[in-house]
Amino acid sequence: MLTIENLHVDVAGKEVLHDINLHIGEGETHVLMGPNGSGKTTLIRTIMGFSNYTVTKGRILYRGRDITNLPIHERARYGIGMMFQRPPTIAGLKLGKLLIAASGNKPELVAEYAASMHMADFLERDVNAGFSGGEIKRSEVLQLMLQQPEFVMLDEPESGVDLENIALIGSAIAKLVEKDRHIVHRHKSGLIITHTGYILDYLEADAGHMLCDGEIRCHGNPREILAVIKSKGYRECIECKKI
Amino acid sequence: MQKDISGTEGIRPEDRARLAEAGLELDALNRCGSFFQIDQKIVHTSCMEEGIEMYPIAEALRRFSWMGEYAWNLVSRDKDDITRYVAAQEEPKGYVIIARKGSRNVMPLQACLFLEHVPIQHVHNIIIAEEGAELHLITGCASSHRTDIGAHYGVTEFYVGKNARITTTMIHKWGEQIDVFPRSAARVEEGGTFLSNYIAMSPVKHVQMYPVADLAGRGAVARFHSIVVAPAGSHLDLGSRVLLSAPETNAEIISRSITRGGTVIARSHIRGGTEETRGHIECKGLILEDGIIHAIPEIEGRVTGTELSHEAAVGKIARDEIEYLMARGLDEEEATATIIRGFLDVRIAGLPAVLQKQIDAAIDAAEQGF
Repeated sequence: MLTIENLHVDVAGKEVLHDINLHIGEGETHVLMGPNGSGKTTLIRTIMGFSNYTVTKGRILYRGRDITNLPIHERARYGIGMMFQRPPTIAGLKLGKLLIAASGNKPELVAEYAASMHMADFLERDVNAGFSGGEIKRSEVLQLMLQQPEFVMLDEPESGVDLENIALIGSAIAKLVEKDRHIVHRHKSGLIITHTGYILDYLEADAGHMLCDGEIRCHGNPREILAVIKSKGYRECIECKKI
Repeated sequence: MQKDISGTEGIRPEDRARLAEAGLELDALNRCGSFFQIDQKIVHTSCMEEGIEMYPIAEALRRFSWMGEYAWNLVSRDKDDITRYVAAQEEPKGYVIIARKGSRNVMPLQACLFLEHVPIQHVHNIIIAEEGAELHLITGCASSHRTDIGAHYGVTEFYVGKNARITTTMIHKWGEQIDVFPRSAARVEEGGTFLSNYIAMSPVKHVQMYPVADLAGRGAVARFHSIVVAPAGSHLDLGSRVLLSAPETNAEIISRSITRGGTVIARSHIRGGTEETRGHIECKGLILEDGIIHAIPEIEGRVTGTELSHEAAVGKIARDEIEYLMARGLDEEEATATIIRGFLDVRIAGLPAVLQKQIDAAIDAAEQGF
């Protein structure tokens, strides 16, 4: 579904990602791990197409189509969605209105989905204004539920979320990537940035990648990678130069 | 089909659309009464709400001997050239509304000041809410689509009695070569509330106004909201001033300004002259195309027991906000328009739903141009 080839990315004139290669197949969910500042968020923001992330070399293919230079909204319309870690506050814009826009103008779905994410009381509130950490995550997941992307990227979905909320968010994310469906009927894919791995309690990831200093250092079983990080920290990954 | 109110039948379809954008209903379906002045001719005056009376000002001055005490009491005849011009008129135009003690209108009254042919339209309005009355008014000021040049001089005096409430919502729909000079003042007695909203989304040559509300009685409240867009060639010099003259008075001035090449001077001034008073100014500007937004929030405390604050911000739309919406599938134009619409979306506490809808409609109508 998503293939990244020899990707180099500059941020503010400095190369932050070096020669990234990654393939995520249809129906697969991958996990991206790595220390702070390793380039995880840069990678998913580059896939989404945000300005300030300049691809200097390489390309991004989505369903075989080169999307490297497409504007953000076209990527979104092709089926790429993203959960923001720290989304902006938009004064005056009501969450309900944004949800209708995200759903492709299906207001009838908004109330039902909002209720399922305990966000019914937030529809008349300005987007992200005064939202707690958990509320921001619920709002982000809710937007994605309505947007229905085929490839979903999640930037630290469990950060700043209490235990009650993480169960709700984790289950919703599992549905977003069709983990509730039999493997042969699963078509949606995902890329999840996680530090803690808590999200793996709610969905089984198919592969994990370790990103250090803007390079992917290893691929493997996500739980194994996580176990290494938990026991030895990131130091070994930083020192390791071998994929 | 509901018929137009009398005196407005001859208004052309193009102008009907302009009046609708100014918040006016020619069939008055959602209005309890109407006043229509076309140029200097008053073509319609009616009010069906019990306890609320509406008259052309000349008639009110003839009918009520005491009305003279209210005319030119809050706004001085000699304030400036505009007031002198209006005061010099032999036959005053404009309207008087009297909301008698304890009266209340559910549907608002509407007043239309429509400029078609004359070089200067002048009006003098007096609005009185007696003790405990609640009066909601929408004023639509517009020029004809055929009117190239002209001016509107308007003097308005609001008297908010003890525990009374006046909400006034003014929507402008002028032309590119029209000069507009409203001169307004309000006096609010004990426990009274004065709520003033101003919306201008379309081109005008020059608007200059600086209404003043004097909170003279204990616990009085004033809130001003203005939502304006200045296209290239428009010069909007707008302000609101509130004098916190009695204890426990409270004021809020909120403005949202956008320039698309025009000039907005967003003035505001709250003077805390008495103990136990509060005031807040919120002044936000968005520069969509090079133009001027000059925010001048002033807070003036004169005693230890007054608490005044202000926040002001002028800038462009944040890129991360646009991209956030683009990630949800909106193209850049849609994302920008959505953010601007949100910026202008001010929910006004205490305003009847029908008037909030009218304000929303005025902004929605302009949304295409964002």
